[in-house]
Amino acid sequence: MRYSARSLLRNALSGQKHWPKVWREPEPKPAYDVIIVGGGGHGLATAHYLARNHGITNVAVLEKGYLGNGNIGRNTTIVRSNYLCPANIAFNDHSLKLWENLSSELNYNVMLSQRGVLNVFHTPAQRDAAIRRGNAMALQGVDAVLLDRKDVKKLVPIIDTSAKARFPIMGGLLQPRGGSVRHDAVAWGYARSADAQGIDVIQNCEVTGFTIENGKVLGVQTSLGAIKAKKVAICVAGRSSLVGAMAGLRLPIESHVLQSYVTEPVKPILDTVVSFGAAHFAVVQSDKGGLVFNGDLDGYNSYAQRGNMQTLTSAAACAASFMPCFGRLRMLRHWGGINDMTMDGSPIITKTPVKGLYFNGGWCYGGFKGTPASGWTYAHLIANDQPHDLAAKFTLSRFETGLTLNESGHGPMPGEH
Amino acid sequence: MLIDCPWCGERPLHEFTYGGDANTTRPLESTNKDPGEDLAAWMDHVYLRANPAGPHKEYWHHVSGCRSWLIVTRDTTTHIIDQVAFAAPRAKEVQE
Ligand SMILES: Cc1cc2nc3c(=O)[nH]c(=O)nc-3n(C[C@H](O)[C@H](O)[C@H](O)COP(=O)(O)OP(=O)(O)OC[C@H]3O[C@@H](n4cnc5c(N)ncnc54)[C@H](O)[C@@H]3O)c2cc1C
Ligand SMILES: [Zn+2]
Repeated sequence: MRYSARSLLRNALSGQKHWPKVWREPEPKPAYDVIIVGGGGHGLATAHYLARNHGITNVAVLEKGYLGNGNIGRNTTIVRSNYLCPANIAFNDHSLKLWENLSSELNYNVMLSQRGVLNVFHTPAQRDAAIRRGNAMALQGVDAVLLDRKDVKKLVPIIDTSAKARFPIMGGLLQPRGGSVRHDAVAWGYARSADAQGIDVIQNCEVTGFTIENGKVLGVQTSLGAIKAKKVAICVAGRSSLVGAMAGLRLPIESHVLQSYVTEPVKPILDTVVSFGAAHFAVVQSDKGGLVFNGDLDGYNSYAQRGNMQTLTSAAACAASFMPCFGRLRMLRHWGGINDMTMDGSPIITKTPVKGLYFNGGWCYGGFKGTPASGWTYAHLIANDQPHDLAAKFTLSRFETGLTLNESGHGPMPGEH
Repeated sequence: MLIDCPWCGERPLHEFTYGGDANTTRPLESTNKDPGEDLAAWMDHVYLRANPAGPHKEYWHHVSGCRSWLIVTRDTTTHIIDQVAFAAPRAKEVQE
């Protein structure tokens, strides 16, 4: 059923009792053309674009828990394309363009709010880096605006721009098209659309192994039994190494926890997404009024979807120093998600040494914004057995050849990116 | 999380910095004329990790304490620490 003003009215008049289920709950079939392992944002987007762009619908998405239990439902909802490496700018800007039309494409409101993403800087060296990044973006036709201290104050009055601040602010780089998206709606919207196009989205079905013969994948073993498939596409974010190992892959990935924190709700006070320059810290106000913070990774390998207190304390200290009026807010909740951190901080979308087996992962803590482009390019790879131009650099072999995509220049220390 | 440093005793996490997976071994000085032959060993050491969910042998530096490098065995799903030892003896072993 299409959501529209008319269906809203009709259901309002009949007491909201006749809305159909948003998606089916199918039993797995014995065989599919394509099996996608992992029903996070990227797996569901891949399913949608397999159907929409390539007409491939004999597909199952196998999700070990419920839809949205992973990072797609745990992130801080920030979307932007203000990267430095040309491949990352092009990929993420394609994603931003897809976000711009996604609600109407999916007939599901993902609540994109292009309120602008502002990264402030505090030192002349950071200012130079911001200008360089802005120019790299402008070269590809992406919007970037350099702000001085006064402009920052005008745009976000609650930022402490005084000379007395602990880390005085010199200015900022603004991407006006950046913003935030309702993350759960992205999982639900893609799932609903994939389902409507005939794809089986199967929850509570954990993949426990792959059937591989003579270097070719023939299917998967799951908690609901064996299922055959011509092609299998891994898309499991924080559990990439574990699922990869089932197919004999050893990956340049470590799993690290990132926390998010949300305060008690307050009236609208912040209509821009802002990040601090003196430490890893970003804040966005949600539609419910809570201020959603994120900060550093906890800093060591972790599969525990919860974080430590010292990282929380440091994020709170950043908040209070950046926007002193937040100092008296109470933190309501904090949670963690397991991020698939690569050795260069950039993602991987690739074929594997096993024929018919594909791998998508290594999204670090920045893969929400890439969800549409990830699905778009992964579907292309699966359908054609050839990488999409926009993801052609996201290989596994780049680590051997030295063509890494290292935004921050931190080297092979996944916890530092 | 508390780490039981063999020199200082139990100390809180913020005194330590993480040094990553302690299972990889730096390849020895090359004897191959063709550097390509060493590539796989270097690739493995620099980039590839088992990244287990469960016990993990890893380096920690007691940077705000005795400054020793330690090898800690910690469960990555519970953060329960099983073993802590100085890293120096292992470094010597590898050199010899
Ligand atoms: C706290 C936090 C804040 C973040 N903030 C941002 C942000 O502001 N902007 C941004 O761009 N990115 C952000 N990210 C990163 C972003 O959320 C992730 O990169 C992205 O969601 C990962 O892709 P996904 O949605 O497919 O992952 P997930 O939703 O984690 O999907 C993977 C799925 O695979 C399933 N799975 C695992 N193993 C199996 C198996 N064996 N069988 C079947 N299914 C399996 C899991 O249950 C899970 O549902 C953040 C991440 C975190 C944790
Ligand atoms: Zn010590």
